[in-house]
Amino acid sequence: MIQSRRWEAWLFVGPALLLILFFLAYPAIATIIRSFFGRGTSLLGPNVEFVGLKNWRFVFTNDAMLVALRNNALWAGVGTTCCIGFGLLLAVLLDRVRYERLIKSIIFVPTAISGVGVGIIWKFMFAYRPAHLEQIGVLNAIVVAFGGEPVGWLIARPWINNFALIAVGIWMFTGFCMVILSAAYKNIPRPLFEAARIDGANERHVFRHIVLPLLWPAIAVVTTTVLVMILKIFDVIYVMTNGNFGTEVIANRMYKEMFIFNNFGRSGAIATVLFVLIIPFMVLNIRRFVAQEGGR
Amino acid sequence: MRKVLVILSVLALVGIAGFGQTKTVNVMHGWPGEQAPAFEKIVAAFEAANPDIDVVVEIVGRDRPAVLATRLAAGNPPDLTPHPWVGTMRQWADAGQIVDLTGLVDTSDINPALVPIGEYNDGLYGLFIFPNVKSLVWYSPKEFAANGYEIPNTWYELQALSEQILADGGVPWSIGIESGAASGWPGTDWIEDIVLRTSGADVYDKWVNHEIAWTDPRIKLAFETFGNMFDDGYVLGGPLGALTTNFGDAADALFLDPPAATFHHQATFIQGFFNDHIEGLVAGEDYAIFPLPTITPKATPDGSIPLLVSGDVVTVFNNRPEVIAFAQFLTSETAANIWSEELGELSAYVDADPASFANPITRQAQEMLLSATVSRFDGSDLMPGEIGAGAFWSGVLDYISGINLDTVLEVIEAAAQDAY
Repeated sequence: MIQSRRWEAWLFVGPALLLILFFLAYPAIATIIRSFFGRGTSLLGPNVEFVGLKNWRFVFTNDAMLVALRNNALWAGVGTTCCIGFGLLLAVLLDRVRYERLIKSIIFVPTAISGVGVGIIWKFMFAYRPAHLEQIGVLNAIVVAFGGEPVGWLIARPWINNFALIAVGIWMFTGFCMVILSAAYKNIPRPLFEAARIDGANERHVFRHIVLPLLWPAIAVVTTTVLVMILKIFDVIYVMTNGNFGTEVIANRMYKEMFIFNNFGRSGAIATVLFVLIIPFMVLNIRRFVAQEGGR
Repeated sequence: MRKVLVILSVLALVGIAGFGQTKTVNVMHGWPGEQAPAFEKIVAAFEAANPDIDVVVEIVGRDRPAVLATRLAAGNPPDLTPHPWVGTMRQWADAGQIVDLTGLVDTSDINPALVPIGEYNDGLYGLFIFPNVKSLVWYSPKEFAANGYEIPNTWYELQALSEQILADGGVPWSIGIESGAASGWPGTDWIEDIVLRTSGADVYDKWVNHEIAWTDPRIKLAFETFGNMFDDGYVLGGPLGALTTNFGDAADALFLDPPAATFHHQATFIQGFFNDHIEGLVAGEDYAIFPLPTITPKATPDGSIPLLVSGDVVTVFNNRPEVIAFAQFLTSETAANIWSEELGELSAYVDADPASFANPITRQAQEMLLSATVSRFDGSDLMPGEIGAGAFWSGVLDYISGINLDTVLEVIEAAAQDAY
């Protein structure tokens, strides 16, 4: 009976499978193939030559690319840690606040703003104007009000500008972490806390030995998701610095190589690197998801 | 009214004769501002003369390189586009993506000095018909009169005047090189103007074609000459001020009360920007121009001032008679006159008469364009995109932000070895 119904399964899966093949598998494979060819728009066009590993050597030896790889690592490390850390802190602490819903909504808003919008907002926040003009940037206005010299937030390298940008990323993604972790936190049965307290546990003990272990699956999912979002960060950088002053990231370089320099091959190699970097986290995420679903 | 009637009746006749035969020319341009209505007038004049052709204009003001690259890859580029990217145009020509206009378009109406910009590999791939003069220094004649300043004729006089301005409590230059994703280009104009003035056109050509290295002492000298202006305190707000000021806002400093700076280096188009920001400025009274003076007079054969020009060239993607007809029309006196009358822009027409221009700035710039013995096109637009819209831009930004010059030049050189 089941055997004879197999065609029905294919009928249901088929359209989705075709769409995935056409819109995901085909471009991914085409991009990988492209990464072994030189500049030029179309593989079918004239003067497009096979260049072997040249584009790949570029990705791992070019100065600008090395800066981009370093910055992506910085974003992934500092950005993700802070997003999860603040998200967790807010989830646990806001649980005890009366206006929890309101505050959570406000913190969640940046998640709903487009990356370009966020970039423009923060470009104004960080704006620097020479001394003969009034400061229009909030941060520099504060600095000046306290008698300081205005700071070129987006220009001072290597740390001030990169951390200023990462701070924007944290502002963007913390709300998302907070909402998921808060939901998971509220799922922890309250009697567990009471039991622990009766047994003499203080707040730190409760957090360390009850909250953290029970939140762990949620933290893992949020971490991998945020890591993927941060690894492919593009719009904020493109709008705010375009990768100048040592703030380049992989995705912005990929855009430049393709659309500004018309070097589709090199762009393909960079895209593939980003793709490969993200795969392990995607696999982790899917495994975690399957395990959770399987447990139901 | 009679004109309209005539046009209408002609349209009606043609409509009957060639029912459904209207041909379309798709044009993409990147002028969202005041140039758009001027271009629309050129289109209207063309359509009036060619009622069977419909010109559809599409304006892409931002990220046009990306839009064009995508459309080219997808096989549906516009029929024709004016653009400043001569280096990219050569890559298109190499890839066979644009039309060689040799024998298709008659260039006899274009100023012969401008035609070679569009030539490449024995072909004609661009019509340089929207020129701009870059080597201009803007100043306020009122401020000059009040302080007894005189227009400097040499770099030495310019330095002396700059020192005097500092002594008088002013700042000589307002420089703005922020330009969003294109940040850095106003700085490249400076370097180009200085290379022309310190080493001459031959070195300039070799540099643009990467026949000499970026680490060549003559190129290094040009960067240093530019950098010295910052070291000497000649620049409003110092390096940080220049890096964070948008190119379109920088000239405003000249018209504050009191002026925050005395000079600004920019092409003819900048008057559109500061006139938008500050009301009531009168050309020739509140603002005027002089050419950026020579640095080493022997850089040009006759000791004259070399001129850096830029602007838009028209490139054709699809070879159809109606597209070629429109390209041909763009080179005409009619089109050139509309452009310069509407915008106060320069004319590419071969017999353009500067005296007929109402705007004194345009008149003076047009005279410079016609009389220059040495003129060169904006080098960053001639270089491959990796350099001209990449490493050169970021290199200038890096240098101003304090990175060691040798390092900066080595990085650009490495990118250039890869790109050419």
